[in-house]
Parts: sequence; structure tokens; C-alpha cells
Amino acid sequence: MDIPYTVQPRPDTGVYNAKVGMWLFLASEVMLFGGLFSAYILLRVAAPEGTWPHGWLSIPLGTLNTLILALSAVTVLLAWAACKARMFDRYKFFQGITLLLGVIFLGIKGYEYHDKLTHYTVVLKDGRIADGHWVSATPSEVVLKGEFVAERSELADRRGRAKAHEEIRLARDQVQKMQVYGPAYNTYLALYFTMTGLHGLHVLGGLVVFAFLWGPGSRLWKTDPDRFTNRVEVAGLFWHFVDLVWIFLFPVLYLT
Amino acid sequence: MQATSPAIPASTHHPAHHPETGFWRTYIFSTDHKVIGIQYGITALCFLFFGFLLMLMMRWQIAHPGEPVPIVGPLLAAVLGDVAARGVMSPDLYNSFGAMHGTIMVFLGVVPLAVGAYGNYLVPLQIGANDMAFPRLNMMSYQLYFLGGIVMLTSFFIPGGAAQAGWTSYSPLATAIPTDGQTFWLIGMVFLITSSLLGSVNLITTIIQLRAPGLTWMRLPFFVWAQFTASFLLLLAFPPLETAGILQLMDKLAGTSFFLPTGLAIGGKLADISGGGSPLLWQHLFWFLAHPEVYVLILPAMGIIGEIIANNTRKPLWGYKSLVFSVLMIGFISFLVWAHHMYLTGMGTRISAFFQTTTMIISIPSVIILTALLISLWGGSIRFNTPMLFALAFLPMFGIGGLTGLPLGFSASDIHLHDTYYVIGHFHYVVAPGTIFALFAGIYYWFPKITGRRMNEYWGKVHFWGSLLFMNLIFMPMFVQGLAGMLRRMSDGGLQYSAAKVPGVAGALSGPILGLNNFILWAAAGLAIAQIPFIINFFWSIAKGQPVRSDNPWEATTLEWQTPTPPPHGNFLKPPQVYRGPYEYSLPGYDKDYVPQNQPPG
Amino acid sequence: MNQLMERFLGLPPLASEHGQGVNDLISYLHWLMIILFVGWLCYFGFVLWRFNRRRNAKADPVGVRNHASSYLEIVVAGVEASLLLFVAIPLWAQRVDQFPSQDESTVLHIAAQQFAWNARYAGADGEFGRQDRALVSNDNVFGIDPADPKSRDDVQVLNEIHVPVNKPVIAYVTSKDVIHSLKIPAMRVTQDATPGLRVPIWFKPVKEGRYQIYCAQLCGNGHASMAQGFLVVESQEAYDRWLASKVGAATSFE
Ligand code: HEA
Ligand code: HEA
Ligand code: CUA
Ligand SMILES: [Cu+2]
Repeated sequence: MDIPYTVQPRPDTGVYNAKVGMWLFLASEVMLFGGLFSAYILLRVAAPEGTWPHGWLSIPLGTLNTLILALSAVTVLLAWAACKARMFDRYKFFQGITLLLGVIFLGIKGYEYHDKLTHYTVVLKDGRIADGHWVSATPSEVVLKGEFVAERSELADRRGRAKAHEEIRLARDQVQKMQVYGPAYNTYLALYFTMTGLHGLHVLGGLVVFAFLWGPGSRLWKTDPDRFTNRVEVAGLFWHFVDLVWIFLFPVLYLT
Repeated sequence: MQATSPAIPASTHHPAHHPETGFWRTYIFSTDHKVIGIQYGITALCFLFFGFLLMLMMRWQIAHPGEPVPIVGPLLAAVLGDVAARGVMSPDLYNSFGAMHGTIMVFLGVVPLAVGAYGNYLVPLQIGANDMAFPRLNMMSYQLYFLGGIVMLTSFFIPGGAAQAGWTSYSPLATAIPTDGQTFWLIGMVFLITSSLLGSVNLITTIIQLRAPGLTWMRLPFFVWAQFTASFLLLLAFPPLETAGILQLMDKLAGTSFFLPTGLAIGGKLADISGGGSPLLWQHLFWFLAHPEVYVLILPAMGIIGEIIANNTRKPLWGYKSLVFSVLMIGFISFLVWAHHMYLTGMGTRISAFFQTTTMIISIPSVIILTALLISLWGGSIRFNTPMLFALAFLPMFGIGGLTGLPLGFSASDIHLHDTYYVIGHFHYVVAPGTIFALFAGIYYWFPKITGRRMNEYWGKVHFWGSLLFMNLIFMPMFVQGLAGMLRRMSDGGLQYSAAKVPGVAGALSGPILGLNNFILWAAAGLAIAQIPFIINFFWSIAKGQPVRSDNPWEATTLEWQTPTPPPHGNFLKPPQVYRGPYEYSLPGYDKDYVPQNQPPG
Repeated sequence: MNQLMERFLGLPPLASEHGQGVNDLISYLHWLMIILFVGWLCYFGFVLWRFNRRRNAKADPVGVRNHASSYLEIVVAGVEASLLLFVAIPLWAQRVDQFPSQDESTVLHIAAQQFAWNARYAGADGEFGRQDRALVSNDNVFGIDPADPKSRDDVQVLNEIHVPVNKPVIAYVTSKDVIHSLKIPAMRVTQDATPGLRVPIWFKPVKEGRYQIYCAQLCGNGHASMAQGFLVVESQEAYDRWLASKVGAATSFE
């Protein structure tokens, strides 16, 4: 009992099963991220004047990640083309590069997360506000590297502001509230972590599939190269979608 | 060319064709769409029954607030503890049961039965395929569904119990309730959503790719069209709810404020949150799913009704093309009406005019479908067997449910009816004597194909008349209560609003209106009793029902009847070739009054 | 005709000016529904009798040959469209766009909380104190700025909301905790009370009396017992006397 059109396209529809399946799945993914982007728009439009953060993320790092994903989109395509051309070594090479690029992307993302999760705003009992990166802490004292501001609203727009490096020592008993730049900090960071987190999970998922196709899964090449090529193509479709989402995330979170 | 292998009694026909796999691979971890369909079916029926039991307890509480629930009261007290002290349902427990009744009925009962079971079992057979396009994915869909169900059931037993904020889970309430029920609900939903997504990808791919040669789009049985559209709704409407679920989970676990506005003071002090969120955002995301979702509940039902009516009137469905077109229209427009659930959140004229208009537009294809089905009866030679009785009753019952949707669809009349029992009456008429009747009809109709035996006709008719009577006795009084102003989700059945409590108040609930609660309780008990013949009949007939003498006992035209009974792994003895449309009944010039789709011309 | 239908449907007593419009729309729709349903039911009964297998052994594969049903569908669509254009949309526009002027109306703020209704009146100076969502707390449900002198004479009450008869009422509805819904069936008014939003509604009570306020949105385990709210419609004099007796209640409730 064989299911038809698993490898060869069905003549009247012109596609094989897995490709239809992947397109459908991607349609649902569009709706998933569509929901997220609608939430973003609604919350941003509703935010009171002057409270939406700008310049909180590193544009150079974001640009670098954009380039990395763009490059990986090319290598994925080349890997598939190599399969089509029946050049297995070439496939291995490009698929390997894609894997590597994906891992670097996640590494950079991880570094950015780490930067946010070690960044604090501290409200002191005397009303002053300190903002900076965590250096060390003892039971009686917290040390940050950063600056003092008079109003929280000064923190909203960081575009074109030099990074402050002053070391700040804060006595614990003076601290009224200490907030990390995590999802609970404000709506912007909540969106940032949720959207890039979900995107990151998609990247990770894609990498797991690529790793499989690059390693143990590539044995299929010997027995059924056509089927293997299809798998590479379908995984590539997914990867292109993940890249596309990033192309939207980057301007929305980093640039505007 | 008829499938002709003589019917083999189920007892001698079990996995003999399939000796290489053991019990586990055949029945539990099977990738055969038929086995998976049956797994879906049995699980979903159990959930339906469970959802009904929850509601029976709630109906007791509504009619007799503060009195211990009879029979199961001590059990509730023992298992659930404080929320059911002395066997009395507390408001918290009532709210949990209400939320879980809605969730279970919709997401664990009807959708898995209508799409998971019927779609899985029948669609490949009706399109002449040997299985679904992705059998292993299919198995995974079922397992995810099962896991989601386990998570939901577990949540009853955690401290504080299951989710309490209604099946709609509006924030901030859903986030503010301090227990973990909502977290379980959200995690369970993520499993169920993923399961539905995989299932619908599978079903749509199957329909696009695996149709038998000659089976063009316009030769597809109406049922397949209905499943096709319903699957698209699942595919595209569920992801926004998944988004919403993820955001609410973040609110609950990571302390974000997606749905929590600035200045929220719950339980005495200002909540320690960043604020800036929007409660309406949740409602938009939820209803963007939940409106298409209600059409997921009704479309497969309409599909089943179409098949059974064509077969038992012995004539083609009237207006096949307009039926197909209407189903597609419904599917498309259902994405544009969601905010008719939100008229009273504070909506301007233009937006409300838009949603009122789309709501009226979407009622037109429903009217066309119902009209076509009704007109199909004209000129038929109608056989009144049990499946047909349920199918016929569906028409006026859906009619009542659909028509009562109209006053809700206008924002001005919704002012008075919103959140009253009128709404409860409206949608139960479409889902209970509507969809559930269609599902019953389908069980009686396809039972012989699945088991090789018929269900008992006499007890089937008892089940039918009992269900029809009691369904109406339950839901008709709800319109009366709703018009009088009685609200839904009242854990005391509206007692606090009773006119007897505070004399001289206009607009409170009168004695007779509250008295209907007791009437409905007994009607619900009657409905429960009317299900007993069905449950016994169902299990008894699997083993002892009258064996069918042919593979095609109803003399039907569609492909599922042109297979051996029950269909073996791989379904068809030889790949079918289709020559004609789905409902060629009573055509002049043939000796029999039906011509199967795979019978060559001439 | 419509009175007949109202009686048949058992609509609750009516005490607001626009409420008749709501009743009329409900009545028109039920006429349409009943006519359609009864008509089809007669057809249905006839067909089941006439085309029973015993009476009609051989089916006619074509069945109905005319297009009567299409005309029927067009008529239904036409009725729906005219109700929409000429009744429903104007009625709604009047509710949400065409507010009476503040000077000629009783203006009040309503804030729901688990599980009660708070109402605030401007007091003698006719002006409300400054409000800020960030100031909302358990004993300051409206988020009143205590520093604002205008807030001193504001009047705040719990559950008993008085308004004068025959004068439009404008109410700004919000909530301090979860979503509630302000429903006064006799006024044919329903408005969700959503935290973070403040939505204005208006109606004109035309009959004196004491009217039940319902909370129509599930708001927690006390939802069913959030039933202590009443709207008291009384003569202008009685209302003035009542308001004067409350002056200076400041921010916390009584
Ligand atoms: C299967 C489910 C289903 C279906 C098919 C429908 C169909 C429709 N629904 Fe319903 N609806 C729900 C399930 C469904 N609904 C649920 C679950 C809710 C509540 C959710 C919640 O709040 O918890 C709801 C709530 C709901 C509301 C919100 C009410 C409120 O909260 O205030 C509205 C408002 O517009 C509405 C409108 C409609 C309309 C206009 C249709 C139309 O599509 C109907 C069109 C059909 C017809 C017009 C019938 C045609 C009949 C004939 C031609 C006569 C036939 C006669 C004989 C055979 C005798 N529905
Ligand atoms: C598909 C959806 C569906 C279905 C079928 C039902 C079916 C029923 N519902 Fe429910 N209901 C909802 C969806 C549904 N409901 C939703 C979404 C809500 C809103 C929840 C909320 O407020 O958040 C609701 C709310 C709701 C309320 C309002 C509660 C309140 O507001 O406080 C009431 C009150 O009477 C009610 C009653 C019933 C009854 C009596 C049935 C009966 O018709 C039940 C009939 C069931 C059967 C007849 C079982 C058949 C199965 C078998 C016999 C099993 C056989 C098993 C084997 C063979 C293995 N429902
Ligand atoms: Cu307040 Cu319900
Ligand atoms: Cu809807």
C-alpha cells in the first residue's frame, strides 16, 4: 500500500504532497505571526505619547543578524540546487554553512538577551532613578555600571545617546524597586521577548531539521535521492518563511 | 462496477489482513486513517458525555442553589474538597464547570468528532484514496489531542480546580484568578490547537492530492467540500488564538501586561504590573478564532446531513453547485464577522455597521444551504430510518438556531439580548439538536460500514424521539428567560435578581421565569435518560447487531460504500476510477435506483 | 402588531425613550423569523407526508424545477438589508454618536468593581476633579487626584444611583479590576465596563421608579451576586434633595 505523489508531483496539481502540506502549514504560520504583529500594532498605537522606547536594541547587531539570515537563505537554496544537480558533497557543504549561520544567529540573539537580562532600573527611596548593567552585588550593596536619571521618561528614547560607564554603588536599604529589562519591564520588552522568542524557537526547529538532514537523515540520499531532495526543498521553504518573519521583526523592533 | 466482496462478519474479519503488526501497532499506535478515526470518535464521544454530565450538575445548581447535588454530591466533596463542601457547588466550581463544559464540548467533543473522526474515517474513502497523505502525522494529531484532553482533565484536580473564566477566558479576569486552572487551560489549548493544525494540513493535502482518477472537484461529495472548508477554517483561525494563548500565558507566568491596562486594582491594591495592555485585544484575537470555529462545528454537520438526505430521498441533492458555493462563501465571510460578539464593548457606528452587514451577509449562504436541503426533499421517495430521522430533525432545529442569530446580529437588538439566555438558546439550537443530531445521524448511517453490523432500529427511534422532545424542552424555555432579561453564567440561576427579593423593583426576574429553571432541570434529566438506549445500542450492536448482507446496505452511490466491509488496510481492493457525480439516484434507464460513482458509463 | 409581539415575547418593562426602538427592532425580527419558520414548517410537513416512500415509491431525480426559492432568498436578503439600513444602523448611531449636550443632561461616572457599582457626580461646582488611571486603587476607584480642588465637592455613591426623570443621562462607564457589564434592562442599556477604557453611554429615563442594574459579564465568583445595584429615577426636586444630602463625600465610599 503506497500513498501516491509522495515524491513525484501529481500531474494536475503540479506538486507533491509534502509541498502542499508545507504551504498550508506556512499559511497557518502567517496567521500566527499575523496575530502577533496585530497585537504589536494595537498596543503601540494605544501607548501614550512619548512612552514608546526607541534605540533600546543594538542596530549593528540586528543588521548583522539580518545579513546572516539573508545569507543562509541563499545557502539553503544552493544546497537544494546541489541536490537537484546530484552533487552530494556540494549539498553537504552548503547545508553545513546554513547550519553554522543559524547557530551564529542564535548566538548573537542569546548575547542580546543576556545584555537585557543583566540591565536594571533601580528606583531609590529618595526618588532618584539609576539605570545600568549589573556588575556585582553583596547583601548590603548593589553595583551597577550606568547613570542616574531624574525622570523615567528620560530612558525612553536612547537614540544617539552615549552609553554611560559610571560605576554606581547603591545601598540595598535605599532601594525601593529594582526591575530587570525582562518581559515584565514594559510592553515594548514584553513584545520584544515574545516575538523574537517565538521566532527563535522557529529558527531552532529549522536547525534541528537541517542537522538531521545533514547528519543521519542524509543516508536516504543513497536509497532515494528524489525523496531526499524533496525533504531539503520543503525544509528550505520553512527556512525562507522564518527569514521573512525576521525581515519584518527587524524594522519593527530595532529601527522604528 | 460494484464492489462485491461478500460482507464478512466483523468477528472473522479482524486484523487477519494485517498479520505483521501486533496489538499496539494495530489499535493504539496505528497510522491507518480508519483506526485513527475510530480512536478520535470514541474519545470524543466520551468527552461529549462528560461535558453533558458537567452540565447536568450545573443545571441542578441553577434550579436548587445551595443544595447538595444529588447522587454525585458526596463524590464531588471527596474528590474536589472545599469547592464542593458538603456536595454543594460553590460559585467557583460552577464557573469551572461552565468554562470546562464549553471548552470540552467545542474543542474536545464536537471538533474532534466532526473533523477528527468523520473527516479521518470518511474523507479518504469518499475520495478513493488508500490513506491520508501523511499517516504518521495523522497519528501524531490524535496523540496531541489526547494529551490536550489529559491536561484539561487533570486541571480539575489541581488546587483551586479548573479554569473559571468561561470558555472565552476574557482577561483580566482569566489572569487575575489566583489559581493555576487557567494555566492548565492554556497549555491544554496549545496541544489541541497544534493537533487541529496538523490534522487540517493533512486533510486538505489529502483532498487536493489523493482524489481518485476521474474524481474532479465538482464530483466530490458535498461532505468532502464541507470538510475541506472546515479544515481551512481550522488552519487559518486557530493560529491567532494560539498567539492569544501565548500572550496570556506570558501575562500569567512572565508578568507581562499584554491584556492588562494601566491602573488595574485587583483585590485591594494597585497591581504590580507595567500596564499598558488592552483587554479588548484578547477579545479580538479570541473571537477571530471563535467565530470561524462555530462554523467548524456546523459545516461538517451540514455535510453529513447532505449525504444522508440524498441517500434516503433516493434523488440527487438539489442545487449541488449552490451548496458548494455557499459553503465556500461561509468559510470566507466567517473571518469578517468576529466583532458581532463585541458590540457592547463600546463600538462606533461605522465599525458596528460593518460587522452587522457582514453578519447579515453570512446568514444568506446558510439560508441557501438550508433551502437547498429542504427543496431536495421534494419529489423524493423518503425512507424514514433512524439516520434520516435525525437528519430531518436537523433542518428545523438548525432553522430555529440560525433564525435566533438574527436579533443578535443587529447591534441595537443585541443591547437587550447580549449575555442573556437568549444567546445560550440560540447557539445550543445550532450545536445540540443541530450538530449533535447530525453526528448521531452519521453514527447510525456509517455504523454498518465500520462494523459490518447495523444498529438496532427500534432503539434508535426511541433515542431519536426522546432526544428531540427533551432537547426542545431544555432549550425553548431559554428564549423566554433570555427575553425576560435572565443572564447567562449565573451560578445561582438568577436568584439574586429575583423580584421576590427586593419588592418594587422594575426589571427583576419574576417567579415563573425563575421557575423555568426547575423545568429545564427535569428536561435535562430526561435527555440524559434518552441517551441510555443509544449507549447500550452502540456497544451491543458492535458485537451483536444484525450483520449486513452487502457492502452497500443503504444502496448508496459514494465511494466509501464500494469497499469491503469493514474496509481493509489500504481501503480499496483495486484503485477506483470515477466516472460520474456523487448523487446519481433514480436516473431513468438503469435497473437500480442508484449508480455508484465508480460504475463505468453504458 | 408590535405590541402583540412584545407581549408574546414577554419583554421586560420599559422606561427609557429610545427603548421603544429596541423593542420595535426585536419585534420586526421576530415577525420575520416566525413567518419564515412557520412557512417552511408547513412545506416540511407537507413534503414528509407527500413524498413518503409508501406514497411515492419512485423518486423524481430532478424535483423542483422552478426558482421560487431564489426569489424567497432575495426577499429575505432584502428585508434584512432594509432593517439594517433603516432601523438598526440609525438606532445605533443615535446611541453612540448623537449625544445630548452636557449642560442639559445628568452627567455621572460609573466604575464597576468586584462586586459593586460606584457612581460619581460632579457636585455643586458642576465639575469633576481630575482623574488619572495611575491613581486608581481600592479606595480610589475613579483615580481621583485628591490635590485637585474640584474634586472636593464631588459626590460618590455605592450601588444606589439616582437620576432625575425626563432628562438625558450621560454616564461614563469603566471598571477598576476586571470586565463587568452595566445592564439596565428597563432602560434598554448595556455597556461593558472595561478597565482602562471609559465609554460614554446615554439614555433618557421617562418613568419614575426603582430599576434593577445587572452585571452582565462574568466577573468572578461573585458575579451572580453583583445584584445590589439600582437605578432610581425620581423627580428633579427629589433628586436635588438627594444630591444635596451627599455633598462632600470625597473619594472614599460611604
Ligand atoms: C454552530 C454554531 C453556530 C452557528 C451556525 C451560528 C450562526 C449564527 N450566529 Fe451564532 N453563536 C454561536 C454559534 C453559532 N452561531 C455561539 C457558540 C455563540 C456564543 C458564544 C459565546 O458567547 O459563548 C454565538 C453567538 C452569536 C452572536 C453574539 C451574541 C451575543 O453574545 O450577544 C451573534 C451576533 O451576531 C450570533 C449571530 C449568528 C448568526 C447571524 C448566525 C447565522 O449564520 C445563522 C444563519 C441561519 C439562518 C438564518 C437560518 C435559516 C433558516 C430558515 C431559512 C428557516 C428554516 C425553517 C425550517 C426548516 C422549518 N451568534
Ligand atoms: C458544541 C458545543 C456544545 C454542546 C453540544 C452543548 C450541549 C449542551 N449544553 Fe452547552 N455550552 C456550550 C457549548 C455546548 N453545549 C458553550 C460554548 C457554553 C458557554 C460556556 C461559557 O459560558 O463559557 C455552553 C453553556 C451552556 C449553558 C449555560 C451555562 C451558564 O451560562 O451558566 C447551559 C445551560 O443549560 C448549557 C446546557 C447544555 C445542554 C443541556 C447540552 C446538551 O445538549 C448536551 C447533549 C449531550 C449529549 C446528548 C451527549 C451525547 C453523547 C453521548 C450520549 C455519549 C455516548 C458515548 C459513547 C457511545 C461512548 N450549556
Ligand atoms: Cu460584575 Cu459580573
Ligand atoms: Cu459569531
